[in-house]
Amino acid sequence: MEEQTPILECRNLCISYDTRGGEIPAVIDFNMKVMPGQGVGIVGESGCGKSTVALAIMQYLGSNGYIKSGEIFFHGRDMRTMSEEELRALRGSKIAMIYQEPMASLNPSMKIGDQLAEVPLFHEDVTVSEAKARALELLEAVKLPDPKRIMDAYPHQISGGQQQRVVIAMALLSKPDLLLLDEPTTALDVTVERGIVELVKEISAEFGTAMVYISHNLGLILDTCDRVTVMYSGEAVEDGTVNEVFDEMCHPYTSGLFASIPLPGADKNERPLVPIPGQLPLPHQRPQGCFFGPRCAFFKAGTCDQEKVPMRPVEGEEGHTVRCARFEDIDWAEGDHEAVTVKSVKSGKIVLDVKNMKKYYEVRSSSIFSMIRGDAVKTVKANENINFNAREAETVAIVGESGCGKSTFAKVLMGLEEATDGQVILNGEDLAHVSVQKRKARTVGHLQMVFQNPFDTLNPSHSVGSQIARVIRKFGVEKDPDKVREKVNELLDLVKLPRDFAHRRPRQLSGGQKQRIGIARAFAGNPAVVVADEPVSALDVSVQAAVTGLLTEIQNDLRSTLLFISHDLSVVRYLSDRVVVMYLGHIVEQGTTDEVFSPPYHPYTEALLSAVPIADTSVEQKQIILKGDIPSAMNPPPGCPFQTRCPRKIGSICETEMPPVKELSSGHTILCHLEDDVLNAMEPVIVTHSEEKIA
Amino acid sequence: MTAEIQSNDTSPSAMSKFFKSVGLLRESPIAIFGLSLILFWVILAILAPILPLYDPNAPLEPFKMPLSDARDGGLYWLGTDHKGRDILSRVIFGAQQVLIWATTATAVAYIVGMLMGVVAGYLGGWWDEVISFISNVLLSFPVIVLYIIIITYLGATGFNIVLAVTFASAPGIMRIVRGLVLDLRTRDYIFAAQTRGESAMYIMLVELLPNARGPLIVDACLRLGYTTITIAMLGYLGLGLPPPDPDWGKMIAETQPLGSFAGHMAIVPAAAISSLVLGFNLLADGLREISMKD
Repeated sequence: MEEQTPILECRNLCISYDTRGGEIPAVIDFNMKVMPGQGVGIVGESGCGKSTVALAIMQYLGSNGYIKSGEIFFHGRDMRTMSEEELRALRGSKIAMIYQEPMASLNPSMKIGDQLAEVPLFHEDVTVSEAKARALELLEAVKLPDPKRIMDAYPHQISGGQQQRVVIAMALLSKPDLLLLDEPTTALDVTVERGIVELVKEISAEFGTAMVYISHNLGLILDTCDRVTVMYSGEAVEDGTVNEVFDEMCHPYTSGLFASIPLPGADKNERPLVPIPGQLPLPHQRPQGCFFGPRCAFFKAGTCDQEKVPMRPVEGEEGHTVRCARFEDIDWAEGDHEAVTVKSVKSGKIVLDVKNMKKYYEVRSSSIFSMIRGDAVKTVKANENINFNAREAETVAIVGESGCGKSTFAKVLMGLEEATDGQVILNGEDLAHVSVQKRKARTVGHLQMVFQNPFDTLNPSHSVGSQIARVIRKFGVEKDPDKVREKVNELLDLVKLPRDFAHRRPRQLSGGQKQRIGIARAFAGNPAVVVADEPVSALDVSVQAAVTGLLTEIQNDLRSTLLFISHDLSVVRYLSDRVVVMYLGHIVEQGTTDEVFSPPYHPYTEALLSAVPIADTSVEQKQIILKGDIPSAMNPPPGCPFQTRCPRKIGSICETEMPPVKELSSGHTILCHLEDDVLNAMEPVIVTHSEEKIA
Repeated sequence: MTAEIQSNDTSPSAMSKFFKSVGLLRESPIAIFGLSLILFWVILAILAPILPLYDPNAPLEPFKMPLSDARDGGLYWLGTDHKGRDILSRVIFGAQQVLIWATTATAVAYIVGMLMGVVAGYLGGWWDEVISFISNVLLSFPVIVLYIIIITYLGATGFNIVLAVTFASAPGIMRIVRGLVLDLRTRDYIFAAQTRGESAMYIMLVELLPNARGPLIVDACLRLGYTTITIAMLGYLGLGLPPPDPDWGKMIAETQPLGSFAGHMAIVPAAAISSLVLGFNLLADGLREISMKD
């Protein structure tokens, strides 16, 4: 094995960017070796340099980026000595890259077949019909339904998951030796992501393609790679096989990462997540010695803050290296701060009660044909019979993928849309048909929202303080300017940010800090219910833990109800008391977190659970891969909404009849035709090897 | 006390922000050059009353070539025109007029266009239909004809020039703002403002418009250039500012019957127009380049 030349090798690679502020080293002293057929993962938080490495391999660093020192060997040849001509011949044929956003990799004005055929036409001496035949073959290989139709489609006519499959097909067309995947599934839904990940695994096995898989998601890396490199602030901090790094991690940062993601078994009250304190240093603010020093629980002055720390091998484990000055001396128990356990809070009376809520939209088709046919107005049933309630101080999670109607529900709740039918009762007041403009200021303040995208949640033109102050005045909490300012300070204290942040502009804040301000804003009016729409999904894992922790803490103190909208079942299991699973506008399952996460399941819940990537080697997940994509709410399938993808479909009844709401136990309901004996025979999806069933 | 803190905290940041943005200009030599051309004319226009110039309307000696001696011992730096007026003085006082009216007209066009654009983009529906229709009608009209109609009917005054420029420019500005707003209105902070029950007016003026300023500043620079051309063109056609105030366009027009006999009479104001318009365009280019970098 050792004599084989690696497909790709990076030696002491240093990459810098030239900016207004001078040279910024983005990647420092990076080493990597990719053997044929091997999958190597690079994991790290945003800004750690993982994408820069990929761009450097492609020699695509842009006008201000350059390789300062070190070498990149591809099949033993230094890529830095290759001419532009040679590189062009290499890219797309020997090395292919798959990006996060599939739409950005496809030309919107070209048919998919033509785009795919371009690759062999450019790189090889083939005729157009041969190229087309090859394209079709690969569309079949990436398991796209009806590849002939897709050859003739434009990119916007197929779904996001299908687009990513096309991109993968395009990357594979010229049988590359190396595939670079930069967060290839981050923009996709979990069940679609699962399908793509399986595809990537199969393909690398089938074609023997080596892979560099870049992701922030440890679970995905575990699933796809043989080796993994953990990066922090431009440096590799730990490198080894997946098992070494996941089970016998030696670097405090790696260990911190694992402590801050919700693995099965974590619990917000008894075993809360431990966030990594502080934040990633900016490249020009990196400390002396170990870059992780200031955030490290095992930091030792005199050892860690002196000279640059080299990568050192771990004794007894060949190939496992760690960039830590004192990893042999670390007593892991010492840094294991007795995680602050929180008393679980008893939920109180029902605060929010949603009864038979329906929301239909009328969509007008402007095409002349539909006008002639007389079906110019179509009804989109975004929410159908939504029934659930939430109690004081309770966390209710609404789970579902894109298009499931959770955002529509949030809009109705917030009063931006009026419900078509049904009731939404908040503290005894029906708000289903009252738009936000007509609600009393106090009611509006009682129902607030934390938004998903931290970069969008604050208005970039106004200072943080003035934005919080506006909310305080608007909800009638305080009017007097001095009191308002005092309240702004109190809220900043509440979200654990320094008071002088009030004068800052949003762009001077990090993502996590912005999200804290978003939380402060939502809690300004002493809300009864806070709707959090994926509040942490756009944040880095170590920051996620801190923000979720903060959110639950404030919620417990103020006894607010939290409606937590998310697609990430790990976070949901960790945070919520009860779970509502939605699919295509219907609630398919609801119950307490334990009930939903253990059998019997709704088949969709079962599939969702099996799709969540879990970064724990001792956990075994049942593989359930859903076919196809989520149907559009414009054309829902007849009968059961899930019947088109359901692996447990029983027959024509699923296609014709809407399933009944079946009560499995008090409060635990599912929407399914399955018989009781089938439901009772279901096995848990997630099992840990210690025989202990967790879900 | 708190008010004191507030003022202490905001004023230096406003100052430093100003210096920072001037500092940013250094990155684009083109922007610096453009800004210098503009400042050259602005400074001359401001200093015009105290500079040692002849009265721009006083008939002195006709048809003097540049750098010829004056009867009173002075120097006609740029010569005199057919009525014996000092060209240097007329160009500088003309700059005053052009700068005042171009800025006013562009500003008014901007206020109208931005309001139209933000209403059409944010409220959508019928507002958008009506405003977009009106804009399309105005844009489909040949601009020059529009100017001639407005000014011949209403008379050649500064106010009417502002009116004509507004009619011609506001639809274009409306389109830009509408496009920007269509994008900005999907942001979470707009959603946040809606969920706390803010009025549409507040959202449009406080939440949306300030965030559209980047591209609008670049466009405003370009538009100042266009408006300068427009004012010169109207002057040339005899539809400009009422005589005898010096007007660059009119100065060129006056040389026309004279042919090449007094070339300097046309070249000087023409160079003035070009340099000022070039200044605005280069500044816009430079600003765009700087904003792309970030």
